[in-house]
Amino acid sequence: MNVTVNGKATETEAIALGAFLTEQRVKSPDQVSIELNGRILRREEFDSTTISEGDQIEFFYFMGGGRGAY
Amino acid sequence: MELTDTQIERYSRHIILEEVGLAGQERLLSARVLIVGAGGLGSPAALYLAAAGIGTIGIVDADTVDITNLQRQIAHRTADLGREKVISAAEKMSAINPDITVNTHRLFLQADNIAEVIDGYDFVIDGTDNFAAKFLINDACHFSRKAYVHAGILRFDGQMMTVLPGETACLRCIFGGPPPPGAVPSCSQAGVLGVLGGVLGTLQATEAVKHALGQGTLLTNALLKYNALDLSFRKVPVRRNPICPLCGDAPTITDLHDEALPVCDLKEARP
Ligand SMILES: [Zn+2]
Repeated sequence: MNVTVNGKATETEAIALGAFLTEQRVKSPDQVSIELNGRILRREEFDSTTISEGDQIEFFYFMGGGRGAY
Repeated sequence: MELTDTQIERYSRHIILEEVGLAGQERLLSARVLIVGAGGLGSPAALYLAAAGIGTIGIVDADTVDITNLQRQIAHRTADLGREKVISAAEKMSAINPDITVNTHRLFLQADNIAEVIDGYDFVIDGTDNFAAKFLINDACHFSRKAYVHAGILRFDGQMMTVLPGETACLRCIFGGPPPPGAVPSCSQAGVLGVLGGVLGTLQATEAVKHALGQGTLLTNALLKYNALDLSFRKVPVRRNPICPLCGDAPTITDLHDEALPVCDLKEARP
């Protein structure tokens, strides 16, 4: 099935979002916020979300995990 | 404000720009910008904004210069090791441009002091490296209706977004809140290409200048994603999120609070 991930046309075998994240080498769902077809998913939705043909998926990574020193 | 002959010369390359002119340079000289963090992002932003003649620049940092900072935090020199970052940065800024006022705030922003600090400024640059500070700045700018620009850098990646609170998408519209402790590596754990601070920090400074001039289109309702290895910039459209806990339809965050700082335990992780 063909989807768009971070602006790039991508082929995927995954149906479940979790499997898709693994396939896309996202190490942990905790590292990203996910936008599916223009809507940011709630974290609680990750487990029940499935991928469909033509979906537009965007990963937003958390950046800046320091401990207080700027 | 009447520019002196020296100022007209100093800012001549600005003044000759139709979009700036004398009036625009005067706007820059009366602008007040707060830079949070005198580090990788804050250093280049501070130096360029000083050079540009932003009349009042505040710089916030509680830290001192460490040798691991010098790979990217270009406001500081080897001779500054051990010195307060705000003092070190302020010296360089004043040396570039004695026209401007630099306010040094030697503290870490927290829920109980941030409102007071940002109150004196029109625009805030988030040059911090931790989620507690990033979400605190986002929230405080929301409650104070203060325009601000977020940025983050890690490894070979950077991101940035400008927020006009109450009007455009905020950091919590995208991320909700900080990730669980240990889920995301820090620059000290995962590394960061030093020049990334320059790329993103100067883009943040550009947003501050545009905001002061009232020119161009700010990076609102879009997250800029930059990757140094691919040399790719992508402006990804985002929208205000109706379930945003801060600026959504039923906000659950109604006053300032401090997010917990993570204890360092890196699970293997790379973006
Ligand atoms: Zn929001």
